[in-house]
Amino acid sequence: MRAIRLLAVNEFVDGLRNRWVAAAVILLGTMAVTLLLVGSAPTGTTRAGALAVSVVSLASLSVYLLPLIALMLSFDALVGEFERGTMLLLLTYPVSRWQVVMGKFCGHLLILGTAIILGYGGAAIVSIFTTETGVAGWEAYLTMMGSSLLLGAVFIALGYLVSVLVRERSTASGAAVVLWLLFVVLYDLGLLGVLLADQEQQISQTLFSFLMLASPTDTYRILNLTAFDTVGQAAGIAGVAAEAGFGIPLLLTLLTAWVAVPLLATMALFQRREL
Amino acid sequence: MAENPPTVNAIELTGVSKRYGEKTVVSNVDLTVHAGERLVMIGHNGAGKTTLMKLMLGLTRPSSGGVKVLGGNPASASASQRQILGYVPENVAFHGAMHGREVLAFYAGLKGVPAAAYNGILARVGLEEAADRRVSTYSKGMRQRLGLAQAMLGEPQLLFLDEPTSGLDPSLRRQFYELIDTLSRSGTTSLISSHSLNEVEARADRIAILKNGALLACGTVSELLEQAGLPIFVHLKTKPGSAGEVARQMAPVGEVHTLQGDRFELLCTGSGKMELIRRIASLGEHVEDMNIVPPRLDEIYNHFMENNEP
Repeated sequence: MRAIRLLAVNEFVDGLRNRWVAAAVILLGTMAVTLLLVGSAPTGTTRAGALAVSVVSLASLSVYLLPLIALMLSFDALVGEFERGTMLLLLTYPVSRWQVVMGKFCGHLLILGTAIILGYGGAAIVSIFTTETGVAGWEAYLTMMGSSLLLGAVFIALGYLVSVLVRERSTASGAAVVLWLLFVVLYDLGLLGVLLADQEQQISQTLFSFLMLASPTDTYRILNLTAFDTVGQAAGIAGVAAEAGFGIPLLLTLLTAWVAVPLLATMALFQRREL
Repeated sequence: MAENPPTVNAIELTGVSKRYGEKTVVSNVDLTVHAGERLVMIGHNGAGKTTLMKLMLGLTRPSSGGVKVLGGNPASASASQRQILGYVPENVAFHGAMHGREVLAFYAGLKGVPAAAYNGILARVGLEEAADRRVSTYSKGMRQRLGLAQAMLGEPQLLFLDEPTSGLDPSLRRQFYELIDTLSRSGTTSLISSHSLNEVEARADRIAILKNGALLACGTVSELLEQAGLPIFVHLKTKPGSAGEVARQMAPVGEVHTLQGDRFELLCTGSGKMELIRRIASLGEHVEDMNIVPPRLDEIYNHFMENNEP
């Protein structure tokens, strides 16, 4: 445990030193404050409330931004240390390889968590005190914050997988961009294309829902846009997935699996790797 | 130098080979390092020195053969076994944005070494003043010393130093070896790789010579000398007029070259040395002065390099 804690703290302090933490807090905070204050204008005092309304817009933006931040933090984590030669030394210390991965993961998660709690949380506090709806919709907002961290964790883990698979840093950064495009843009475009092409409606709604669940970003969207009635109304969508009956526990389990599988795969590959 | 006769071998390699694809980097190496010993591996670039160290550190696994370090397999070494290892990699690298003290604190934390101890080490390697500066501002020598400092954490019983003095100026080199000598006197086993032969000659208990991944020879300097069978040079100065007599007496034990008048140069083998000295002694006052010049380490090294094709 001591090794994991030390590695995590080291990673976090590094994030503080190179201003990663500050940049992420400011980015997420500005985004959230803007959306909360601007977003509350048209709804006025409807029963949806500023927090619930902003969940839609924040979740829609987070789905692009958080994977990007997470991948930028993580793609370098292993390959960068192989290249610099620091990994060689680290592994002669009383540290297991899985502990190295776990320690870095905790550290990066801490960076992302700080950004989400200070950025999104700070913005929510501003909103609670400046809008009339106050704390209404806080459950949905908290769920959004929690699932945002989970989404970030998914892409940190995927970034590590890239980092352990490739031989060079430059390849890793390229692969990270491809990964981002694939999960954040291309997969959804593909799904849309399939729907458009499917004139005879051979794809059932259930199948489509499952296809959406195959992507962590869509799982995150479903979780935030349909899980709460108040948000569903604000989002203005009937909730494709809600009708298929996905509950919050299932969606959270799916996201957790998206963290665990790449993380375990990274540990296994790293264990086999010769330096 | 070991004070007591060694009981446990610190490192045992038996028939170790390492191949990367088609390329054989280490081939069939048998090597034993006794506890408390200073063993120096010498060889050209790509001779397999670094790979051997990585094998002993468990960073990579042998294609065949057995590696035992402190009685166990280094690839599956427990935390407590790693606790007593120290390693200075060939190109020691640290996170440039960290301060020297932070770097050392991080590594000390991993080994559970208290702050008082690592601050003491900073002073021992002469980095106390620079400790609160970023590592990226360090010179090569300072970085190398920080490398040694982290290897000294937790009083290691086994030190691996991969070309520790490359890039250091002569005075830093001397300091570096003095530090290693101090550690060695307290019983630390050290394995040093180098290609500056003459600087390690006086520092090594035994020397292992590697070429293209194979171990050509291993032993003390005098053992290597014997194996190589290189001639010893003996310079003699005789009394005026005794030159002829001395030359006749010496002829059976060595090749005699007259240099000038009363000076000779004799070439003899290691085994003929004592006979030569007895004869010189029996000549009494005919010989005024003598000087024995054994072959230097780089001559021995060159001999092994040129006469062995693994």
